[in-house]
Amino acid sequence: MMKKSLLGALAIGLATSTSAFAQTEIQWWHAMTGANNDVVNRLADEFNKSQNEYKVVVSYKGQYADTLNAGIAAFRAGNAPHILQVFEVGTATMMGARGAIKPVYQLMADAGEKFDPQAYLPAITGYYSTAKGEMLSFPFNSSSMVMWINKDELKKAGVNEIPKTWPQVFEAGKKLKAAGHDTCGFSNAWAPWANVEQFSAWHNIPMATKANGLDGFDTEMKFNSPAHVKHLQNLVDLQKDKTYDYSGRDSKSEGRFTSGECAIFLTSSGFYGNVKANAKFDFTSVPMPYYPDIQGAPQNSIIGGASLWVMGGKSAAEYKGVAKFFTFLSDTDRQAKLHQESGYLPITKAAYEKTKASGFYEKNPVLQTPLLELTNKEPTENSRGLRFGNMVQIRDVVSEEIEAALAGQKPAKDALDSAVTRSNQILRQFERSVSR
Amino acid sequence: MEKRAHFSGWTLPLLLIVPQMAITVIFFYLPASQAIWQSFLREDAFGLTSEFVGFENYSAVFEQPEYYRAMVTTVIFSTLVAFFSLAVALLFATQADKSLRGGHGFKTLLIWPYAVAPAIAGVLWMFMFHPTLGTLGRPLNLMGFNWNPMLDGKDAMILLVLSATWKHVSYNFLFFLAGLQAIPKSVIEAGAIDGAGPMRRFWTIIFPLLSPTTFFLLVVTIVYVFFETFGIIDAVTGGGPAGTTTTLVYKVYADGRSGGDLGLSAAQSVVLMVIVIALTAIQFRYVERKVQY
Repeated sequence: MMKKSLLGALAIGLATSTSAFAQTEIQWWHAMTGANNDVVNRLADEFNKSQNEYKVVVSYKGQYADTLNAGIAAFRAGNAPHILQVFEVGTATMMGARGAIKPVYQLMADAGEKFDPQAYLPAITGYYSTAKGEMLSFPFNSSSMVMWINKDELKKAGVNEIPKTWPQVFEAGKKLKAAGHDTCGFSNAWAPWANVEQFSAWHNIPMATKANGLDGFDTEMKFNSPAHVKHLQNLVDLQKDKTYDYSGRDSKSEGRFTSGECAIFLTSSGFYGNVKANAKFDFTSVPMPYYPDIQGAPQNSIIGGASLWVMGGKSAAEYKGVAKFFTFLSDTDRQAKLHQESGYLPITKAAYEKTKASGFYEKNPVLQTPLLELTNKEPTENSRGLRFGNMVQIRDVVSEEIEAALAGQKPAKDALDSAVTRSNQILRQFERSVSR
Repeated sequence: MEKRAHFSGWTLPLLLIVPQMAITVIFFYLPASQAIWQSFLREDAFGLTSEFVGFENYSAVFEQPEYYRAMVTTVIFSTLVAFFSLAVALLFATQADKSLRGGHGFKTLLIWPYAVAPAIAGVLWMFMFHPTLGTLGRPLNLMGFNWNPMLDGKDAMILLVLSATWKHVSYNFLFFLAGLQAIPKSVIEAGAIDGAGPMRRFWTIIFPLLSPTTFFLLVVTIVYVFFETFGIIDAVTGGGPAGTTTTLVYKVYADGRSGGDLGLSAAQSVVLMVIVIALTAIQFRYVERKVQY
């Protein structure tokens, strides 16, 4: 007790000695590295220079999962940051922690900031909103999954049209393999995100009941449908001669595209900066392939990336600062600039329209691909987004089973059945821990 | 004339052991007892709600088929790593013990890997042996070995054993070298005069005299493979492919960190702690008898 007040006095002393008046500090913990880290620092700087009541202080806390854990540990110790960047699969975990967070729509209302949920792109905010459309967290860096194409190699292999459907991708893969790409006809990073999460939304098939968990924690997995099984079985068959070659459950093998080894590679649109810097060939990105015989495909894709959660238990003055910061982030010009420089998706409709009108996409079609996917059709129950508790663990389970199928240990159907059973156990466990 | 210092009372001896006791209590007993307490609770990740569930977490652990799989994996992994890291270190140490030109440089180089953080070691090995991007993985495939640690569980295990062994050889090497240098030369020379060849000298004189070092290293290495390898596993394979390289300690980490299920994870840590304590006790009870001090 004694120590605390002493420290407090010291802190106040320091704060007042560095500035003529006390600024309210806003802690922002994030997981951005490299060029994206610069973006975070620049945004905080700009905000701090734009007014003198609040000061946003950023700290890098490691990878997404580490940042989430740091936030949780800090909350348990009673000193959580004001703003925590959480990746999309951590959404349900944050939502389940009702006493630990302050929903963004409430924050904006309490602080009296102008806030219109309709101003944001529904494909993005849907992921972070309740069934009633209340925005719970503030979308920050969003991406989607696209198909990266090495145009030079496709030409060499005699693939004259960039493939649009899965059967066309398989054909192109075979041609590429025959033309010397004998270790990889086509491939993808993020195995569970590509083959289950995005696949379901893009083909308008439920991944789970209750609108993929958006309508309640009592959701049950459904991703062992005939369509899912057919797709995985296709990959298993093509894996045998490396027409398809597995590239792992994360992004560590993305270098296979930039090195020229895999000429067709599905991964995040956020891969753009990396490709631009390292690819020594003519590249582009196109929407994900689909099965033309599945009704309604292609539907729309879902987002990846992360959003900003506001932690609970802070003072009204601090919340006012956070709200002001979010208003600052939503500014049309700032959003448009951020999108054009970093490759992140713009979060407001106005910023998207502005970029479109400026003719930016004619020169940089790659940056529009994920937006075309996300806004391809009005989102349905199956394509608004996902909300599963302990999603990180579920992804591990799905990856394990996909690997077992590709390694020939079990048929595709058994693998997906088992993934569904095991994921459901995890979902029930989560439901028990949040419903008390 | 012998000098003897006499200390009266308990103050000084107590003062002298307090720092060590404090470190043990703060860094071992406290966290360990916290883990035991945690293993009887069910909490959400944020600790907003927690209830006492008795042995429910433990029964949940023992109901998982994956847990038994992880046990088998752990036995295979630790046996291989313990054997190779001791054998290779002993081989290096006996060679480095000979007086050779530039021997100092070799010794330093052999110690280096110990200074590399497990996660960094893991990433190094993962990229070197990446099936198509790796400086070593690629040639392997070009030579016709079907090397794919991303899908083939056996390959992944080989890669892990290699990297975990590489990381620990230095430590064992240091102790073996010190042990070898402590063996009196006269004993070995006497053996040589009696006509024992180098192999025979090693197995009948040097190896038995090294046994205290070997025993100590065996205990430490077992603890190492059980607890300290999760960083390497996380960086190299992430427990995959299809769970083939998920050891008990990696499972503790994965369930606690990505699952956010602290109760289940704590229950597993307690089980692991019991296993390692039992193993160490067995070693002291039975293996130590064969040690000649």
